[in-house]
Amino acid sequence: MKADKTKQKKGRLGAEIQHKIGQQLRAMYTDVVNEGVPDRFAELLQRLDKQDQK
Amino acid sequence: MSDRNDAREDVRSAMLAAVPSLRAFAISLCGDVDRANDLVQETLLRAWSHLDSFEPGTNMSAWLFTILRNHFRTEYRKRRREVEDADGGYAERLTAPEEQTSHIEFGELREALLKLSADQREALILVGASGFSYEEAAKICDCAIGTIKSRVNRARLRLAEILGIETVPDLAPETPEFPAAASGGRKD
Repeated sequence: MKADKTKQKKGRLGAEIQHKIGQQLRAMYTDVVNEGVPDRFAELLQRLDKQDQK
Repeated sequence: MSDRNDAREDVRSAMLAAVPSLRAFAISLCGDVDRANDLVQETLLRAWSHLDSFEPGTNMSAWLFTILRNHFRTEYRKRRREVEDADGGYAERLTAPEEQTSHIEFGELREALLKLSADQREALILVGASGFSYEEAAKICDCAIGTIKSRVNRARLRLAEILGIETVPDLAPETPEFPAAASGGRKD
């Protein structure tokens, strides 16, 4: 029981941090998403497509 | 034949559209931009050569995430074995900051992410950043929805623990583990 209480307290204490982490995580992710498609991948798919058409 | 070409064109643009989030997923998983790009490239090659196993009308992005995730897992296991031989240099390379100049502000978060178990990390990213539902994430990771939920919860707590504690340098432990603190002092 004591262990459960400790755990709960920890969870509450972390709520604010967790909210911040969630935001940061999404921001970090979106940052990469916004870089768009690097040329190498567009070229790769084009090449694969051409190969198949032969 | 033009129908087939149209279908392939659709597949190709769906794949291209998924590339930005595939890269974000890969970078979050491995913490290294170059390696992440290689993972994405491998994923596209594999997907292309297994197009017949993609069910038209289903979620292309989820399918590609699954391939990337599985490939990462296989590679990760392989590399871990190499690390055991090569004296832990891999962990250092993973967090080497010099090639992440454009994301320096997230350095701390990235490092913390790498301290999570692979299970927790992928679950947290899929649900918390990629925007997949628990159900979709469970499919991608090939496990039960309940498992994903508990992994995400544990990952969140763990990250808060790592980041929260690390803001007080004196209390920062040398090792990423905090034995007994959250588990009520019971081992196994």
